[in-house]
Amino acid sequence: MSLLQTRALTRHFSGLKAVETVDFDLPEGEVRALIGPNGAGKTTFVSLLCGRIPPTSGQVIFDGRDISALPAHRRINLGMAYTFQITSVFANLPVAENVALAARRREATSAGVARAVADALERVGLGDRGDQNAGDLSYGHQRLLEIAMGLAQAPRLLILDEPTQGLADAEIAAFKALVRELASSTTILLIEHNMSVVMETADRVSVLNFGQILAEGTPAEIRANPAVQAAYLGTA
Amino acid sequence: MSDGARSLALHGALLALLLAGAFVLPAYHHGVLARVMVLSVYAAGYNIMFGYTGLLSLGHALFFAAGMYGMGLAVQHGGVTPALGLLAGLGCGLAVAFALGLLALRTAGVAFMIVTLMFAQAGYLTVLYFGPYTRGDEGFVLQGAQRVLFGFDLSDAGVRYIAALILFAAVLVGVLALVRSRFGRVLVAIRENEERARMLGYDTFAHKLGAVVISGGIAALAGAAYGLLFGYVGATFASVQYSIFPLLWVLLGGAGTVIGPFLGTLFMFYLIDLSSGYTSAYMLIAGVVLVALTLFAPQGLAGELRRRIWRGLP
Repeated sequence: MSLLQTRALTRHFSGLKAVETVDFDLPEGEVRALIGPNGAGKTTFVSLLCGRIPPTSGQVIFDGRDISALPAHRRINLGMAYTFQITSVFANLPVAENVALAARRREATSAGVARAVADALERVGLGDRGDQNAGDLSYGHQRLLEIAMGLAQAPRLLILDEPTQGLADAEIAAFKALVRELASSTTILLIEHNMSVVMETADRVSVLNFGQILAEGTPAEIRANPAVQAAYLGTA
Repeated sequence: MSDGARSLALHGALLALLLAGAFVLPAYHHGVLARVMVLSVYAAGYNIMFGYTGLLSLGHALFFAAGMYGMGLAVQHGGVTPALGLLAGLGCGLAVAFALGLLALRTAGVAFMIVTLMFAQAGYLTVLYFGPYTRGDEGFVLQGAQRVLFGFDLSDAGVRYIAALILFAAVLVGVLALVRSRFGRVLVAIRENEERARMLGYDTFAHKLGAVVISGGIAALAGAAYGLLFGYVGATFASVQYSIFPLLWVLLGGAGTVIGPFLGTLFMFYLIDLSSGYTSAYMLIAGVVLVALTLFAPQGLAGELRRRIWRGLP
């Protein structure tokens, strides 16, 4: 069944149709990539999903429940996690405390929090950086910290907004492995520009263009789709 | 030494020193310290909002005065015991803080500063308006039995010092526990990046409202205690000056540190006290020192300690 659905989800910014009557279905357990040219409405779309911005009209349904009216923190508490496109970490706090803030909502004991923090940092390869201030990390490492904060919430749906932007090749390879490993336990919605990440990790791909779903299918189908090529891939 | 042990040692040592001060300090400094301890409780309350949550209020005199008048009017006109008066003051402060929080937290940044300032001015004018009861600017004095708390006469300097120390210690321990708690850590997260805290699933409005209520409650407790200990309730304490003081004390001592409000209050008091002994232009000296401190220790005294020596200072 679908973990996440949207029905006629729409968001206008004073005349600009950023997201226009989008019907979207994400089955539980799937890794879905969301691609599209710059300005296609990808970040606006996921912001509507997690409640960062209110929709102009339409519905968001999570786990069979209409959550359109819920504020962001309530949606997060239902099991969504969102990592920011422009890294948004607690720059003046230690890396470990960043992740601990993400873990504390579900871990009751300090030992449990410490375990979750160590585990999340280990998985993204920041295990030895816990004591550093997050603001002192390189940009790529801040991206990894964002992902660790997502993991520490043990979400049912993990929304990653351009997670590999600014990462080195080795880190991208490690990220692909991490997504494949997570896929067994978590549903993942991934906004991504890096086509190798999309092709190698996603079960299915949705293409957004001018605020509407242009095409949906397996990575191979999307690669072969002439409309998608014209809008996006042809230039890549 | 672990952070916990160091913190226990530092704050324990401060309390031990203050206790020793009760017996060895000369009368003048003895009196000063009693006053500084109560006022630094006020600053500690301010610090919860400003230092830990990142909410800059310019209207904390409203809470200080709510506590002071809540206590003073209950004792003076209601005829209740000083202990009940303290509770009345605390209750008034909590109620006012809750109401102000609900309204003011709909704004942020500069607008929040202005809204809190305006509410505090409204509070000040309310005190003047009810002059027949509050005696306005002139204020009123609490006398005799009105200042006997649980059989201890607070007009006695020695008793007063110990009472101030007990209040100070209780608030110090309470604030330490608060900032180490989950709630306190979320407040720091809100200060650092509210949007991120929200997107980690924290109800940031509820947390900020909690911070305002705790901050206002502590400020009110300080106001009630100040009125009771020093036997005077007056409108000066509701004026804008008393909204600015805790901001200065906390900035000087170190915003977002537990020990900072005390250091700042103590420093400021003696700075003015000592410089006024040399010249009538003592505010000039105070001003220059404040500017120097802002230039060379922008994080305040305890903030420098944290930056240079001990990063884990709570």
